[in-house]
Amino acid sequence: MDRSTLLPMPIDIDIAHVARLARLDLPEDELDTLRSQLSAILEHAAKVQSLDTEGVEPSNHPLGFVNAFREDVVTGSLDRDEVLAMAPEARDGYFAAPPAMSQE
Amino acid sequence: MSVGWEPVIGIEVHVELATQSKMFCGCAVSFGEAPNTNVCPTCLALPGALPVTNGKAIEWIIKIGLALHCEISEWSVFHRKNYFYADLPKNYQISQYDVPVCHDGWLDIDVDGETARIGIERAHQEEDTGKSLHMGEGGRIHAATETLLDFNRAGVPLVEVVSKPDIRSAAQARAYAQTLRQVIAELGVSDARLEEGSIRFDANISVRQGPDAEFGTKVEIKNMNSFRSLEKAVDFEIKRQIAELEAEGTIIQETRHWDEEAAVTTSMRTKEGSSDYRYFTEPDLVPLVVTPEWREHILSTLPELPHQRKDRYLALGVDTQTALALSSADTALRSLFEDTVGAGADAKAAANWITGEVVAWMRRESVDTIDVDSASVAEMIGMIDANELSASAAKEVLDGILRGEGTARAVAESRDLIQMTDTGAIESAVDSVLADNPDAVERYRAGEQKVVGFLVGQVMRATQGKADPKAVNGLLREKLS
Repeated sequence: MDRSTLLPMPIDIDIAHVARLARLDLPEDELDTLRSQLSAILEHAAKVQSLDTEGVEPSNHPLGFVNAFREDVVTGSLDRDEVLAMAPEARDGYFAAPPAMSQE
Repeated sequence: MSVGWEPVIGIEVHVELATQSKMFCGCAVSFGEAPNTNVCPTCLALPGALPVTNGKAIEWIIKIGLALHCEISEWSVFHRKNYFYADLPKNYQISQYDVPVCHDGWLDIDVDGETARIGIERAHQEEDTGKSLHMGEGGRIHAATETLLDFNRAGVPLVEVVSKPDIRSAAQARAYAQTLRQVIAELGVSDARLEEGSIRFDANISVRQGPDAEFGTKVEIKNMNSFRSLEKAVDFEIKRQIAELEAEGTIIQETRHWDEEAAVTTSMRTKEGSSDYRYFTEPDLVPLVVTPEWREHILSTLPELPHQRKDRYLALGVDTQTALALSSADTALRSLFEDTVGAGADAKAAANWITGEVVAWMRRESVDTIDVDSASVAEMIGMIDANELSASAAKEVLDGILRGEGTARAVAESRDLIQMTDTGAIESAVDSVLADNPDAVERYRAGEQKVVGFLVGQVMRATQGKADPKAVNGLLREKLS
């Protein structure tokens, strides 16, 4: 594998797009700062990726164990009044939210 | 369809598993209960709550994968699929991305007597979302003023089965969906009820100019609530795309909504690219490992599936169409068939009577289930073979059996339906009919062959319909020649 393509280099980020995906409303005057900070993080990740990991066992989870299953048993649920008391708005046993299309 | 255009269709099927508890928490899996009564910190995404995988769900997705001839990944992981929507409390769905539990299988479907093998790309494990109710004018999503949310369904184990783009027509799309539903129902891992949403279909459709052309831009269609609407929606979308391209327009990659009433698809929104979901491995869950022993064990628990049953019925001598219908018929009819054959009846005759007259009788009487003595059905078939019952008398006997009037012989006797096998008695009836109808005999001998039909009718009348018409016909011709 040619690792030169993974060497640290300035990474151009569409910060407005990233903010939109995360539903963040970023102030205009902070966009440049945030862009360069996020770039630095990605450049660091690229640096890690450039390491030669030939012969190193891939690790997917720090605990190193697999198949932590529970039995298929019903263990009970919360009281609905308690649950809905946490919601900003509730109606007829439902959580009430702004109309779906305006959330897009 | 214009000459030269070929539709390319892939189908995504979401199957809700009928486990007792949810995928990652101990809330009950339920349908139709009061809203938000089966919810807990995990499925509501309250801070600090952690998921724990339901082992039964993993066993069942492996079962589905094996039934669809898939490879089972020895190692796989869960991913987070990130997006914002009110029915998704965590703002991500736990799903699988690059390493699903099952991949590369196939399912054979039959359309108009032709078998097509549809590839299965993958089957992965995920969790269902909550249910939204869009309040406001007409309940339509675009005009809603408020969205009400019920999280009873949030976190229910969901298996997504993705076909390869191997489907080439709306009829095949429907057959694929129906066949897959039959397999799932047979496995007993889901209620598999379309009307309750426990099995849901989306279709990806594009068209191209001939089988060697590059794939066209695909459109995803949603909201088909029956096999019929799936077929209609796919058919509509194929025609829409061809018309668009022939008018030199372009197809945009998007999701379209099937409007059952207007029978059209309408644009929903531009599809987000895959990278926008920002998949990453779910750090709260450990990898899944399926050992060869586990796989073998699950394989040994697979029931006989509809296509295997069909092959077995064919081997018993049942016709192709009847075998196909019977192999996917409900359990009561199938056991009736198996037991009737077990009681010694010819398989082909038993299958024809059961898929034909028994089903027709149930429809006429508006009953959903039958409780019938298979030995009587076998006896009835034996009596037909022995010429004791004519086809029409057998229908009467079957009616009696289905009404619980007793064994085939008891019904035939009490309804006076047993065919005359006494050749002497038939012969004397023939003789007296010939003696009573000298004109007809004259005309026959003068070459008017069709007069024999009249004479057969007279003998049948004289024997109260109990003589075998074929035997009567033969005997008449013999005596007239």
